[in-house]
Amino acid sequence: MMVRWIAGGRVIDPDQDVDRLADLELADGKVVGLHPVGTAPSQEDTLDASGRWVMPGMIDIHVHFREPGQEYKEDLLTGARAAVAGGVTTVVCMPNTMPAIDKREVVGLLRRRAAQIGLCDVQVCGAISRGLKGEELADLGEMALAGAACFSDDGHAVMNAGLLRRAFEYASDLDLMLMLHEEEMDLSNGGSMHEGAVSSRAGLRGIPSASESALIARDLEIAHEFGGRMHVCHMSTKRGVELVRAAKARGWPISAEVTPHHLFLTDLAVLESHYHGHTKMNPPLRPWEHVEALREGLKDGTIEAIATDHAPHGDVEKDEAFGCCAFGVTGLETSFSLTRRLVDEGVISLSRAVELHTSGPAKVMNWNDRGTFRAGTRADVCIFDPERVWIVDPSVGFSKSVNTPFTGWELKGQVSTTVFGGRVVYHEGKPAA
Amino acid sequence: MKPVAGLGQLKSLDDLTNRSGWPHSLFSTDGLPRAAALDIIDTAREMVGVGRRRVKKLPTLRGRTVINAFFENSTRTRVSFELAGKRMGADVINFSASASSGAKGETLGDTARTLAAMNPDLIVIRHPDGGAPWFLRERVGCAVINAGDGINEHPTQALLDALTLMEQLGDLEGRTVAIVGDVAHSRVARSNIHLLHTLGANVVCVSPSTMRPAQMDLALKAQWTDDLDALLPRCDAVMMLRIQRERLRESLFPHNREFAIRFGLNPRRADLLPSHGIILHPGPMNRGVEIEPAVADGDRAMILSQVENGVAVRMALQLMLLGRSES
Repeated sequence: MMVRWIAGGRVIDPDQDVDRLADLELADGKVVGLHPVGTAPSQEDTLDASGRWVMPGMIDIHVHFREPGQEYKEDLLTGARAAVAGGVTTVVCMPNTMPAIDKREVVGLLRRRAAQIGLCDVQVCGAISRGLKGEELADLGEMALAGAACFSDDGHAVMNAGLLRRAFEYASDLDLMLMLHEEEMDLSNGGSMHEGAVSSRAGLRGIPSASESALIARDLEIAHEFGGRMHVCHMSTKRGVELVRAAKARGWPISAEVTPHHLFLTDLAVLESHYHGHTKMNPPLRPWEHVEALREGLKDGTIEAIATDHAPHGDVEKDEAFGCCAFGVTGLETSFSLTRRLVDEGVISLSRAVELHTSGPAKVMNWNDRGTFRAGTRADVCIFDPERVWIVDPSVGFSKSVNTPFTGWELKGQVSTTVFGGRVVYHEGKPAA
Repeated sequence: MKPVAGLGQLKSLDDLTNRSGWPHSLFSTDGLPRAAALDIIDTAREMVGVGRRRVKKLPTLRGRTVINAFFENSTRTRVSFELAGKRMGADVINFSASASSGAKGETLGDTARTLAAMNPDLIVIRHPDGGAPWFLRERVGCAVINAGDGINEHPTQALLDALTLMEQLGDLEGRTVAIVGDVAHSRVARSNIHLLHTLGANVVCVSPSTMRPAQMDLALKAQWTDDLDALLPRCDAVMMLRIQRERLRESLFPHNREFAIRFGLNPRRADLLPSHGIILHPGPMNRGVEIEPAVADGDRAMILSQVENGVAVRMALQLMLLGRSES
């Protein structure tokens, strides 16, 4: 169903500094503009949003939809369903699929498949290195022509500094940024959780926080000297926040994202869960001082986006002892409801919360056609019922996988309707495909 | 696989309660109640006596099935558990498998459910990953004993060490025990630290900083030093840990000779102990690395008593976990 008006809701558009009751007019898949409440005619293609929050469709710049090759974990359809159930209308898919997204054919295939599904905009992040091996450049130029939005070897750090230099230089010509998984592998050294008091108590090998910050520091220097836009994926450490903050203060073009799980959970969850695989992710959950630093980074603008790193895994990967099981958790369906909790906890304002899911990530990606209700932008809308209380239960979710660490959490507020390009793609528990 | 629900309640390591699994299982000595530990040790004392009889077999666990599931090579511990189960009259089956699902083609979850379907009464698990006993217990109905999980814990080793210490020193309240070696990567050390604390002893760990657990004071409430000579005169016992060759590759120490010079227990150092001081080693020893042969074979060394006590502790545990639940 195409929507013409979304009437009577509390429209929150941080990009235009808007937070007021208004009627939102859409036409031909684009935003027309905001009008005083009562403007919208009462007709079939008017959605009543009274009592709801009306926000630009959310943008999640870090997801794993596992296609091609690992469709038993997730595929473009189930991933897109999970996205729209979370109010997300644009995702950026990471290239660590099987085979990796390192060629134009794979980029093109995914773009076409996603367009056929039509639930949301699936943007593709191409690999930096061929096969994600960190040895030689992937086909960056051809992938850019096929529509790749950015490049990353996510899941792996680019340990070869010389290769990273060339990737920065080459990607600059294409005006695309590198999204970096920052992990000094020799410091991680096979660890499976954060290294600290909890890993010492739990008897697990640790991943020190310097594993992240040391590589951020290195890569900042490389990006600075050789030019290039650098984005730090899933930042998890206090020192990482400090390094990015300092680089920004010097005016360096750098951005960073943080995941919901790093904003709410600490490494204690590993012990609390008795070594449950759903508490294992990379980067790992860190102690509270890191959580606080990340939250501070959200407040002061050091971090411009919340991205889920939605990483579905099946039992084959997760039904294993802690050291053997795969890293990663899902997140799309709980993402904004969790961020709203940060508002309730007094960490950030509602406007900032929305910004971190809309215009924040849009600016990271250098997109000006979404993440806002400015006239002429794509008619992507997330309608959120702020009063609805729900309990996270992945068995009734849309992802194929159930590996969320937030099972059983009572969350306040849930997406009721998602509009993508003027069309209702999700409404009250039902995706349109 | 069932998701884990309601995370985020635990706010501090200090709020961690009993993780031992006792009395249905034994995963850990972390939080094992003092009374339970003493009960196990007392029962084990009786089992030492049984082991010295001409006829060593008890009928107590006749008809019960014990599976020793070993996902990591082990001879000593497996033999000790096997002997213990057989002496208690149980049917003991040994099961070895690779830990990686890639190599064996099924997940640990699959293996656990397969074992559970055979209706064992007890599974003894040795696994290269920390937490594997908890994982197993979630998926089987029977009792589980941790026979060593990665670098995490080896609770039966700690219990047999405590029995050995108490045989020689009596009550451990106020005693000082040094643990020397790769504490960071030692399941023996971790289980011993917890249990010795519960029994009132002071524990001082001795190692180079490369072998010291991160934030050890917060995590394990144990003291640390790298000066073994200064510590020995006030130790009632010293436990030497086995130095593992793979730690060389990780550059935790430059080479064996240097380790022996800085931390090895040689006759000169052994003489620094007070006259009642004793020496333990979980075995297998690297003679000439962490312990010199003259010390290992000397009067203070309790190494063979430890082995004997190991069987007794494992008999006691099987009796207590299985025997007493019999209706």
